[in-house]
Amino acid sequence: MTNLKKLGLGLATALVALSTSMAVQAKDWKTVTIAMEGAYEPWNLTDPSGKIVGFEVDVAMDLCKRAALECKIIAQDWDGMIPGLVAGKFDAGMDGMSITEERMKTIAFSKPYAQTPASLVVNKNGPLAKLPGTGSVINLAKNAAEGDAAIAALKAALKGKTIGVQVSTIHATFADKYFKDVATIREYKTTDEHDADLMAGRLDAVLADVTAEAPVLAKPEAKDLMFAGTQFSAGPIFGTGVGIALRQTDPELVAKFNTALDAAFADGTIKKYSLQWFKIDTAP
Amino acid sequence: MDYLTVLGFGPKGWGLALLAGMAITLVVSLAALIIGSAVGSLVAWAKLSKNLAANIAGDAYTTIFRGVPELLIIYLFYFGGSAVVSGIAHMFGLEGFYDIPPFAAGALAVGLISGSYQGEVYRGAYIAIAKGELEAATAVGMNRGLKFRRIIVPQVLRFAIPGLGNTWQLTLKDSALVSVTGLVDLMRESAMAAGSTHRYMTFYLAAGALYLLLTSVSGYLFNAAEVRATRGLRRSN
Amino acid sequence: MDFNFLSSTFIRLMGALPLTLELWALAVFFGAFLALGLTWMRARKGRILPGLSRFYVFIFRGTPLLVQLFLIYYGLGSIKEVQQSFLWPFLREPFYCAVLALAMNTAAYASEIFRGALAAVPFGQVEAGIACGMSRLTVFRRIIFPIALRQALPAYSTEIILMTKATALASLVTLFEVTGVAQKIKNDTYRALEVYLVAGLIYLVLNFIIARAIAALEHYLSPHLRAIPASKRIPDPADVL
Repeated sequence: MTNLKKLGLGLATALVALSTSMAVQAKDWKTVTIAMEGAYEPWNLTDPSGKIVGFEVDVAMDLCKRAALECKIIAQDWDGMIPGLVAGKFDAGMDGMSITEERMKTIAFSKPYAQTPASLVVNKNGPLAKLPGTGSVINLAKNAAEGDAAIAALKAALKGKTIGVQVSTIHATFADKYFKDVATIREYKTTDEHDADLMAGRLDAVLADVTAEAPVLAKPEAKDLMFAGTQFSAGPIFGTGVGIALRQTDPELVAKFNTALDAAFADGTIKKYSLQWFKIDTAP
Repeated sequence: MDYLTVLGFGPKGWGLALLAGMAITLVVSLAALIIGSAVGSLVAWAKLSKNLAANIAGDAYTTIFRGVPELLIIYLFYFGGSAVVSGIAHMFGLEGFYDIPPFAAGALAVGLISGSYQGEVYRGAYIAIAKGELEAATAVGMNRGLKFRRIIVPQVLRFAIPGLGNTWQLTLKDSALVSVTGLVDLMRESAMAAGSTHRYMTFYLAAGALYLLLTSVSGYLFNAAEVRATRGLRRSN
Repeated sequence: MDFNFLSSTFIRLMGALPLTLELWALAVFFGAFLALGLTWMRARKGRILPGLSRFYVFIFRGTPLLVQLFLIYYGLGSIKEVQQSFLWPFLREPFYCAVLALAMNTAAYASEIFRGALAAVPFGQVEAGIACGMSRLTVFRRIIFPIALRQALPAYSTEIILMTKATALASLVTLFEVTGVAQKIKNDTYRALEVYLVAGLIYLVLNFIIARAIAALEHYLSPHLRAIPASKRIPDPADVL
């Protein structure tokens, strides 16, 4: 071997030693690494001891038991979820990620295990306290016309305001599509950050998932916040529900999770966890 | 929840988590410093060399790592790194995807940045060695290795201590940026605690205080080391 | 090499350059004034003012800029009293918070540079100025300031260039300067390597231009340190005779 090749091989070996996982595409799945944000209460959150807990943790553990898989949960920032999955850093991603056409271009999803609406959150004493449609939920897939009217009404009310969203979410896409020309859209890395800015008064509204914002609104610091405006679910942007993100090259894993999900829905396990963490049944 | 509970060590307290984060910060910074000293020595050698190509390479290295934001370099290594490593692996016919863990990406990025500063420190330290000593060493018959080991290295280390102290503090502070990769260092831990409890002032002040502790203790230690290393040396001040 | 992608990325990133430059310019400008104030405080007699100045420098050089930025943006932003004060129109905006954090940070380093530069002014020249009957103000204006400026420029230029890199942190408080836009493109297209390389190149060129500009300024300020061109040199009598 020439010296250059020896050097190169040594370098490659060193790099292999550097990496923690060699994601060989095994057809026979025994262990699965699942990534979660750990900052999306109550779907997944990190407790002071550093452990990730939440609705998705319980569901994941249950599904893995059913599918005879050993599952490891790791933390991953939301904006690196899809790239990390595709690159092979982990095998699955669960972070309240909605199944959308756009995402299905790059990754695959399991069947949905929950579906929750999106809503604006505003300050009780702010200019947006009286948004049209507060208290109603419109399914954009089933009632497109009604949905469009509600969106138009909201658009008029949001003129000149500042709305916060989390980057790369369906909420960001929705806000970009419908409110970008009338309002200022600010993108944040985590929901905590846009909630903080809403509480501080830097934002007039936040567009986010209802179940993710509910625990925030329950906290004493957020006593001035409230849900407002029409809530929306489903439709081309919001997707067909929350699913487990998987690689398109792992159809066997998708099948395994789907079988496990069917069983978990059938015997009410998912409903149990949903009531426990969300206080409502979020079945799609 | 009052401040003591939330910062303390009880079940609802983040005190232990913050200290754990501080430990990670220290370890990443140390790893970066070691990488930096290896790289810095190379850079210093390249710049001091009579070889034009080496000079240019050394200058280019310093220009790049001092001209591009640290945040961008960390992003490059972490997000772009997996692509590079996989690419290199594929060139050698190795299958699969390779992952760069946040710690490695962060330590490498900060280490290479630190290397550019350390290169300047070592270069200055080498220039400070009395030329007469180097000539005497050659005259006495020391070979290159012996000269390096007994004359150059001890003196470079001694003259480099103030500069290294500065670079160490810079590295400690740059390590806070590694938190964007998700590594749970002090910065990340306090951001998590602040976001979870909505007590931003409390936790960022705590983080600041802990970083201050790290930098001031380091400063004190480096000062003591400098005093000890230069005892007996006649100084112009 | 996907040149289409590279060029469209380049154009998008260049669009964010003005914001980067704004952040940088304002931070350097206000930071310089704050630094002068700190250096003035440090030079006073007594214990309080110099002590305050030293404390400020200790804090701002001993903690990461990121912590300072988050403290100002999220920390101050979460305090009710601040939200209701006259400062709120400024602290409300991430842009001003970022400028404030950057300015306060650079002031700490700059004040140390200015302090060193002042100390390097040869006291003999100051004495000569006083002996000539110059007032304190004139001595400062004609002797201390020019010499200190020349002395400070190399180190201060490094600090100014460090500031361009520091503006990248503004992307972490929702500002879309070059690094922020790069992140957005990377999130949308997943092509991290290409985006970051283009962004890095932009910063390198920016810093190169700034370094050249400062070198030109240094050159302009130190004509007495340069060799006199041959045509203007007074001929040595030995040569003529």
